Amino acid sequence: MPISYYLALSAVLFGLGAIGFVFRRNIITIFMSIELMLNAVNLAFIAFARAWGQLQGQVFVFFVIVVAAAEAAVGLAIVIVISRNRHSLNVERINLLKL
Amino acid sequence: MTLQMLVFLVLAAVTVAAAVNVVILRHPIHSAIALIVVMVSLAGVFLTLEAEFIAALQIIVYAGAIMVLFVFVIMLLNAGEEERTNMSRMARYVGVPLAIVLLGELAYQVGAATFSMTAQPAANGAIHGLSMLLFQDFVFPFELTSILILIAILGALVLAQRREGVPAKREQQNVS
Repeated sequence: MPISYYLALSAVLFGLGAIGFVFRRNIITIFMSIELMLNAVNLAFIAFARAWGQLQGQVFVFFVIVVAAAEAAVGLAIVIVISRNRHSLNVERINLLKL
Repeated sequence: MTLQMLVFLVLAAVTVAAAVNVVILRHPIHSAIALIVVMVSLAGVFLTLEAEFIAALQIIVYAGAIMVLFVFVIMLLNAGEEERTNMSRMARYVGVPLAIVLLGELAYQVGAATFSMTAQPAANGAIHGLSMLLFQDFVFPFELTSILILIAILGALVLAQRREGVPAKREQQNVS
């Protein structure tokens, strides 16, 4: 099973996450596209960890998952505060530093 | 076609279909459910790559905690469907074809590259090797991530709490 198949899947997922990040207007969907990109990178790490027979790739995936959890918590707290002030989740409406 | 290739193709098809759904669907709750499907099928792909611990971690932490947090926030904010506005002409005629070209180019270049693969799984299993690495070579980042999680909890608490005087003041202004 050549490792490049897994990397092609990772590349497709990353591209889809990037497309969703650029084209969508809802802030929560943008966050979810970021999570999709992180998952694609995790897949690439695991694939290379299997290819080279080392486990450092899996250690790094462990840390990526932990950091993604922390980032999701803080990012969603910021989204809650923004939506409380602006009453909108549309990033095109969140364009002023001060209301 | 070997069984391994077949399993990978089925999992990859489910993953890509769900990822397309994350990007395409209008309501954020539908995107969240599609993202959960992506994460679970990626856990299956991790299992075929002999990363059992990471597969379990993916389902428990990523799909079981982070995505539940997303779903709770979507329900809390009562997020509705994204309004349908036409894309700008630049986005529709230049952006979408370029996005498709990006996807095709990435998939082709990465998929056609040849890597020399020395396929030796860890001697005592992945969990033993992973824990040896995590608690010997990487113990300092490991402890740092626990502090990072503590900081994230404190930050989320401080950000999301309602300040004491602000809602009352706004009500007074609305009334007067």
